[in-house]
Amino acid sequence: MIAYLIAERCTNCAACVAVCPALVFDPGVAQPVVARADACETCYLCELACSEDALYVAPETDSHAAPPVTDLIAAGLVGQIRRDSGWNEPFDAGQLDDYRLLGPLLGAGVDIATRRYEARHARQA
Amino acid sequence: MSATTTDVLIIGGGMAAAWAAIAAAEAGAKVVVVDKGAMGTSGVTATGGPGHWWVPPDPALRREAIARQTAKAAGLGDPAWMERIIELTWRHLPTIAPWYPFGSDGQGGRFINGVRGPEYMRALRAFAAARGAEIRDHHPALELMADPDGRVIGARGVSLRDEQPWAVRAGAVVLATGGAAFRSGLIGSHGCTGDGHLMAAEAGARLSGMEFSIAYSLSPSWASTRTLPYTGARFYDADGHELDIAPPRAGHAHYQTLGAAMLAGPVFADLIDAPRELPGVLRRIQPLTAATFARRGIDLFRDRFPVRLFGEGTLRGTGGIDLDDADCRTGVPGLFAAGDAATRERVAGASSGGGAVNSAWALSSGRIAGAAAAGEAVGARRNAPARALGQAGLHPGDTVRDIDGADMIRRTGASIHDYDKAFWRREETLSASAAALEADWRAIADHGHATGRAAVELRSTAAIVATARWVVASARARRETRGLHYRDDAREADPAQAHRLLSGGLDDVWVRPLTDAKEEIAA
Repeated sequence: MIAYLIAERCTNCAACVAVCPALVFDPGVAQPVVARADACETCYLCELACSEDALYVAPETDSHAAPPVTDLIAAGLVGQIRRDSGWNEPFDAGQLDDYRLLGPLLGAGVDIATRRYEARHARQA
Repeated sequence: MSATTTDVLIIGGGMAAAWAAIAAAEAGAKVVVVDKGAMGTSGVTATGGPGHWWVPPDPALRREAIARQTAKAAGLGDPAWMERIIELTWRHLPTIAPWYPFGSDGQGGRFINGVRGPEYMRALRAFAAARGAEIRDHHPALELMADPDGRVIGARGVSLRDEQPWAVRAGAVVLATGGAAFRSGLIGSHGCTGDGHLMAAEAGARLSGMEFSIAYSLSPSWASTRTLPYTGARFYDADGHELDIAPPRAGHAHYQTLGAAMLAGPVFADLIDAPRELPGVLRRIQPLTAATFARRGIDLFRDRFPVRLFGEGTLRGTGGIDLDDADCRTGVPGLFAAGDAATRERVAGASSGGGAVNSAWALSSGRIAGAAAAGEAVGARRNAPARALGQAGLHPGDTVRDIDGADMIRRTGASIHDYDKAFWRREETLSASAAALEADWRAIADHGHATGRAAVELRSTAAIVATARWVVASARARRETRGLHYRDDAREADPAQAHRLLSGGLDDVWVRPLTDAKEEIAA
């Protein structure tokens, strides 16, 4: 759930107010207000919308707890989803060039589980 | 009260809603979209990564794909519909290119059929807006409106931001409200509470295939994620002994063995067997999934972590609002349904439509419903007196009382998704669930009332309970095992039950078999 709105980074563009499906944010004078923190669904999509990396969502769906924000920034965790996604990069930047591997890798995992199961049961037989 | 008149009103904000808006606008209609969340982030596509059923227009390839899917559909699929959604998907998915950064296919071309959710929904929103659709975020519909003849002519709802009521009069209405996940915690599904199912039933529509609703995805216990990393996982009990879990390819047995282990105690997984290439690219493929672990300080590919199964209800199941014709009409004049809100049995039958087939269905049924609604809206009367159709939660039949909605939702979710009830459906447990759901329905229908944002949550609660009642009633009526529906007290498929089950009703739930072939529609 939403853990931080980092005031010194926020430009009050209000993108988070607009995109949050759960209406977590209200518009504010200097910056948006985290008005309904407990409504947060931990979808992380506000982080993608925040080009200033001023938001941090904690990974548990039932907790806002997070380490101090300075530690998170030092560890490179703030804004990481936006950077990994290449969300704001030009469309020819290749941000989805590995995406075609999703299906084959998912299938490879299924094959691994199948072979392991068959080997175990062959041994037992 | 904000009041608007339009040609086509689309209720919902996910994939099907967006494609419906695009198609309706392209057909020349004035389009208004109202969404409970925000189009772009609402629904399960936004956090997902839908692959689409993707078969080149080679007659032999398509015949083969349709034959395979028809076999998987366990007697309930319709090859003509399958052919149609393959073609619509092939033709239209590439048209998002101005708004979506397609990646490489590794062979000098673009990889089209798999798209990442956040980028896809961003693109569909921009596409719909570029075609002239007016998108109203945070505007949940609470109820449909009908004219004196029962024709649906719009909807009413509330704007979440200022809690003001709104009304939209329309020549036709498309329900693209998604499936029902019963608040299981499945990522992206919080708003998927069966709202469209309830509104459709209040207008007199019927449902179909609600028993095909047993689907789950594995995730770390603290948050639901996409499942790419886990398909090769090893599983352990709390003492560190490896568990003998049937592999994902075993289908129901995979979930039964996992469910049995989880009922016995906490289950842990590790990914030491994961494909060697995966660790290097996971962050580039599914950034949200990688973050779920990085932010807990867990090395996903080395550490052991607790897991559980998150219910997907009718989302990865196939049931929903029944369709009356090849234009996605519901049988109620003026009312159309698309995407997960509609039954997907014609393309997925009794098996999960999850993944590629469901995505092709959402795109195709959205486009079909949007275009047909646009056609119907032209020349429709706009000045008939409107009657609001909403009942439970809005117009209680008896004295108003407080409803503990959160508790009701927990109970309802448990009746659908608890492992012992879901993986081993039996008449005894189903009938106990039915009785408990009946009591909750009576409480909310007789005594529930709220306004503003609270009305939205109360209506969502009513929709969850109503949808669960159709699921349980349909599961009781199908006394056999078929596709996703596993009856522990009838473990074989019964050829005499190779037909669809329709359901519906609010105060009195009904289920009846569709055995008259004439009622089946041609694509």
